[in-house]
Amino acid sequence: MMQIMMQRTGDAWFRTITFLFALSIPVLLLLLVIILLGQAMPSISHSGVGFIFSSSWDPVKELFGALPYIYGTLISSLIALIIAVPLGLGAALYLAEVSRSKFKEYLAVMIELLAAIPSIIYGLWGIFVLGPWLANYVQPALRSVLGFLPIFQGPASGLSMFSGGVILAIMILPTIAAISREVFQSVPNILKESALALGATRWETIKLAVFGPARSGIMGAIILGLGRALGETMAVTMVIGNRPQISASIFAPAYTLASVIANEFAEASSGVYVSALVELGLVLLFVTLIVNGLARLLIWKTVGKSNTL
Amino acid sequence: MDKLKEKIVARKLNAWFTDKQALKEINMNIYENLVTAIIGPSGCGKSTFVRCLNRMHETVNGARSSGDILLDGEHILRSGFDEVVLRRKVGMVFQKPTPFPTMSIYDNVAAGIKLYGRFSRHELGERVERSLKQAALWDETKDSLDKPGVSLSGGQQQRLCIARALAVKPEVLLLDEPCSALDPISTGKIEELIHELKKDLTIVIVTHNMQQAARVADFTGFFLLGDLIEFDVTKKIFTAPVDKRTEDYVTGRFG
Repeated sequence: MMQIMMQRTGDAWFRTITFLFALSIPVLLLLLVIILLGQAMPSISHSGVGFIFSSSWDPVKELFGALPYIYGTLISSLIALIIAVPLGLGAALYLAEVSRSKFKEYLAVMIELLAAIPSIIYGLWGIFVLGPWLANYVQPALRSVLGFLPIFQGPASGLSMFSGGVILAIMILPTIAAISREVFQSVPNILKESALALGATRWETIKLAVFGPARSGIMGAIILGLGRALGETMAVTMVIGNRPQISASIFAPAYTLASVIANEFAEASSGVYVSALVELGLVLLFVTLIVNGLARLLIWKTVGKSNTL
Repeated sequence: MDKLKEKIVARKLNAWFTDKQALKEINMNIYENLVTAIIGPSGCGKSTFVRCLNRMHETVNGARSSGDILLDGEHILRSGFDEVVLRRKVGMVFQKPTPFPTMSIYDNVAAGIKLYGRFSRHELGERVERSLKQAALWDETKDSLDKPGVSLSGGQQQRLCIARALAVKPEVLLLDEPCSALDPISTGKIEELIHELKKDLTIVIVTHNMQQAARVADFTGFFLLGDLIEFDVTKKIFTAPVDKRTEDYVTGRFG
C-alpha cells in the first residue's frame, strides 16, 4: 500500500515536472517578444506605424522605414520556395517511390549532407560561382524568353534578389527533400498495393495512394523550409546586393530583414538606430510567425478533419 | 457444377522471396463462376499464390517467380503481358480494409473507374451506385457518400474495398483473408456477398478459417510449406481427404 502511494506521488511529480518543461517553450517565446518589444520601444515611438510602411532608411537623418526589408525577405523566400518545392518533392518521390537501385541510399545521404554545409560556404560559392553564372547565362535566357514580364527586366546582376532566392532554394532543398521523403515512406505499403491492385500505373499509384495521406506532412516540410528561408542571414547577405529598394525586377539588388540587422548592428551609433534594428528583428519574428500561422491554417483547411498521417 | 470451365490455370508455378522459395511447382485450376478457397497454416504460401495471380508478388523487392499462369488461355507471367491490364481483370481485396484515407466513400469507389479514362458525372455516379449495391453497402451509405471512407466501421470499410475493386468490372476477384480483421456479423455479410458475387465473377479466397472455406467455397486447395498438398471439391477436402496431412489440418490436429 505504502509503495503504491509512493508511486502515485512519483506520478504527480513526473506530471508537474514535464508540464513545466512543456510550459518553458511558450514562456521563452513570450520573454523573447517582451524583451524585443522593450528594446524596440524607442524606435516604435520614434517612427510609429511608418516604420512598417515607409521605404526610406536613412540612419543619419533618423529615418527608419522597414518596407524594403520586409519585401526583400518575403520575395526572396518566395523565389526559394518556387524553385525548391518542385525539386525537393521530385527528389523525395524518386528516392521513396521510384528508384529501386541501391545507389539511392547514398543519394539520400548526400541530400541530407547539403543541410550540414555552413551558410557562409554557400555565401562564398554564391559570390564567386552562382552569382556570375546566373548573371551571365540564366538571367539573359530568362529575359529573352519571359522579358515581357516586369520581374524579368533590367540589367543582369550577380548580386540580386534572384541570386538570393536561388541560394535560399539550394539551402532549403535538403530540408524539403529529406522530410518529404520520410513522409512518402511512412505511407502504408498496403495503400500503395491497393492502388496497384486496381490497375494503377506507378504514377497513378502515387497520385491515388501517396499524395493524399502525405499531404499534411508535405505541407509541414514546406513550412520548415520556408522558416529556414525567412530567417537565413549569412548566405543571403553575401549575394542579394544589400540595397534597400523595392524593385519590380528580381534581377535588381534587394535587402532582407536578417541581412540588414547583421550588417548594421556593429556600426549602429545612436540609441534610436539600435532600437530600430531591434524593431526589425521584432518584425522578422512576426513575419515568420504570421507566415507559419497562415501556412498552418492552409493545412487545416485543405486536409480538414480527414484521416492523415 | 458439371460443366467446369477453367478461368485460371497455374502450371509448375514457383515463387521466391530472394532465396526463400515460397511456392513449389504448383499446378492448380480455378474454375469460372465458382469460389475457390486456399487454406493452410501461416507461411504456407497461400497469400503468395494469390498474389502471383495478379502479379502483385513481383512488386515486392527481391521477389520473383517461374512457371506459367494462364488467364483464359493467355500467359500472364510472360513478358509482354501488361500487369496493369491484368490487374484490371483480376481485382484484389486485402486482409485489412484499405480505403484511401483522404477520400470520401464516393471517391474511393470512383478511384479505380477514373483510371480508365473520362466518364461523365452521371456515368460515374451510376457505376459507383452499382458497385456499392453489388457490395451490399448502398443502403448504409447512400445518404453519406461524401463522408470519409475511413469513417465507416471495419466491416463496412472492407465492403467499401470490395465495391472499389468491383467498380472496375474485374472478371476475377482475389480475397486475401478478407475477414480476418472483422467481427462475426461483418464476416457473415461478406460471406453472403461472396455467394451473390460468384454469379458474375470468379472468386479466389484465402482464409485461415476452415469453417469459412467450407461455407463459401466450391473448391478448396490445401497448401503446406509452399506445396499444394491437395486440391478438390470442398466437400471432399473436409469429409474425405486423400492426404493424411490434409486430414490432420482440417480436423484441427495442427495449424
